Amino acid sequence: MFQQLLVNGLVTGSVLALAAVGVSIVYGTLRLVNFAYGDYMTFGAFMGVLFNVTLGIPIVFSALLAMVATAVLSVALELTLWRPLRSRSAGFMSLFLVSVGLALVLRHLIYLVAGPQPRTYAVDPYKVYVIDKVRLSGAQGIAIVVAAVGIVLVGLLIARTSVGRMMRALADDLQLTAVSGVRTGRVIVAVWILSGLLAGLAGVLAGLVQTSFNPQLGFTLLLPIFAAVVLGGIGSAYGALTGGLALGLAMELSTWPELAGGVDPTYKPVVAFGLLVLVLLLRPQGLFGRARVV
Amino acid sequence: MSTIASFGFWSFVGIVAGIYTLFALGVQVQFGFAGLLNFGHVAFMGIGAYTMAILVVKEDLNMWVAAGCGVALAMLAGVLLGLPTLRLRADYFAITTIAFSEILRYVATNEDRLTGGSQGTINLAGIGRTAQYDGAWQSFLGKVERGLNVSGDVATLILVWSVAALAVGAVSLVMRTPWGRVLKAIREDEDAVASLGKNVFAYKLQALAVGAALGAVAGLFYAWQFSFFSPDDFAPLLTFFAWMIVILGGLGRAWTVPVGAIVFGVIFAGTRFFDFPPFSLLDSTERAYVRLIVIGLVIIGLMLFRPQGIFGSREEMVLE
Repeated sequence: MFQQLLVNGLVTGSVLALAAVGVSIVYGTLRLVNFAYGDYMTFGAFMGVLFNVTLGIPIVFSALLAMVATAVLSVALELTLWRPLRSRSAGFMSLFLVSVGLALVLRHLIYLVAGPQPRTYAVDPYKVYVIDKVRLSGAQGIAIVVAAVGIVLVGLLIARTSVGRMMRALADDLQLTAVSGVRTGRVIVAVWILSGLLAGLAGVLAGLVQTSFNPQLGFTLLLPIFAAVVLGGIGSAYGALTGGLALGLAMELSTWPELAGGVDPTYKPVVAFGLLVLVLLLRPQGLFGRARVV
Repeated sequence: MSTIASFGFWSFVGIVAGIYTLFALGVQVQFGFAGLLNFGHVAFMGIGAYTMAILVVKEDLNMWVAAGCGVALAMLAGVLLGLPTLRLRADYFAITTIAFSEILRYVATNEDRLTGGSQGTINLAGIGRTAQYDGAWQSFLGKVERGLNVSGDVATLILVWSVAALAVGAVSLVMRTPWGRVLKAIREDEDAVASLGKNVFAYKLQALAVGAALGAVAGLFYAWQFSFFSPDDFAPLLTFFAWMIVILGGLGRAWTVPVGAIVFGVIFAGTRFFDFPPFSLLDSTERAYVRLIVIGLVIIGLMLFRPQGIFGSREEMVLE
């Protein structure tokens, strides 16, 4: 039972972690809390349906194509919406509210085009991996492997590559980075590409894990994702990774019956938010955030 | 008669706009005056409505007393929410308040014995027994109808807007008092206010509580108007509608809120009448999607082209 919950927690946690990194790098560089991120994920999940179900492409390649499609959406919105807003020097609040509006537009466009009916990916529903006492559905198996690879790649990208270094520099101090000769406009586009790729990946994985989903998919995950971002400290990519995994584990393990009977599974989101509030009370800047402005 | 010309339909739009005025006025007090990014405002509406309904159905309390309890409990919830969270940075505060409203919604959905669960207030008295909490409201409404010799819709319209006008007037007056000036000063520069010996934290708590009370009153009218509600009526979307109304009208002024609410009501209801191509090809669910797309586009357009709202002044307050 415990091992099963642990693995479930890792699956949920890695989806949250990937998405949280996508939210966090954008916040870190642009001070933009992207409330539409959940709907970027939904877009990715539905592009996955298009490639996987409608066109019959295997799920792993469909996921890659969906990631590319979401990255294209992400860059297109940067060029048509966010960049013009920044050039009008829109502040934190305006940007946040625009993202709220964008979330409404995207979600209901998806509703309008794809319809409200539940969707499923074409993966064998009877395939079950059994490792010792742990049972994983085929979809969960794919999700956990892909997510693990994704997390390692993102970690390497941010830590080791020159693009990653520039992203971190930008998050630290945009003016200073610009003065040092970094083409900040390009790095910002790179940030949106990475954020979009992650949204597409997290969207498809969330769809795989939940087996059937509708256009609310991303939005229902958005608040736990934000919780993960805040838990790790807003703007810290590693923090977001850790926050997502911690939150996923906490949500699943809280239902463990030997832990004082365990929590009713319907209360899993409440556990996530409760944990968030608790951490903020003890450490208002988040686990990995810097204490400079609290 | 087509809907667009029907009086009943527009009085319904008017009632909803009145309820939204009260609701959004709470956001105006908290954000427009005190600068607090409360994104969980809908929770106060839910607390007001649920407290009233539960006390009436389960404890057989007088409805007006129960309504008072609802408002009081919402104010208490505002203080309890503020105590730990007001120390947080603005963006953390915003996210924590959404989390607060969502926690309450999950609790209301899952604690069926207390709230009737996801089925809503119809289950309040237990399965198989239909629960009603608005008997006293209906009889009061009847008296108003007979006294003024008007229809039920018009009576509700008059009642909602009287309370809304009273609230807008009261908030306008209060903002001219020293208390209101301190709030606005906190919005501009809280360190400066603190250096003058004012207890910034206490003022913010009070602003949260006042906003919560307005939200709860909106919740009461919501409950009475629809005679039934469920946890999903208090989703985060409603909070954003309130924000849109406040920004649409203009920040930092009480009288702009009803303007925003009416414009919002007309946009929201008006999109029902898109009966020309290509919209005539869509069915009613699809038109509901189009309505929310329009709302989203209005929010984006407003932020792009007129961030101070219709009547807001750039000198008084601009969104940053």
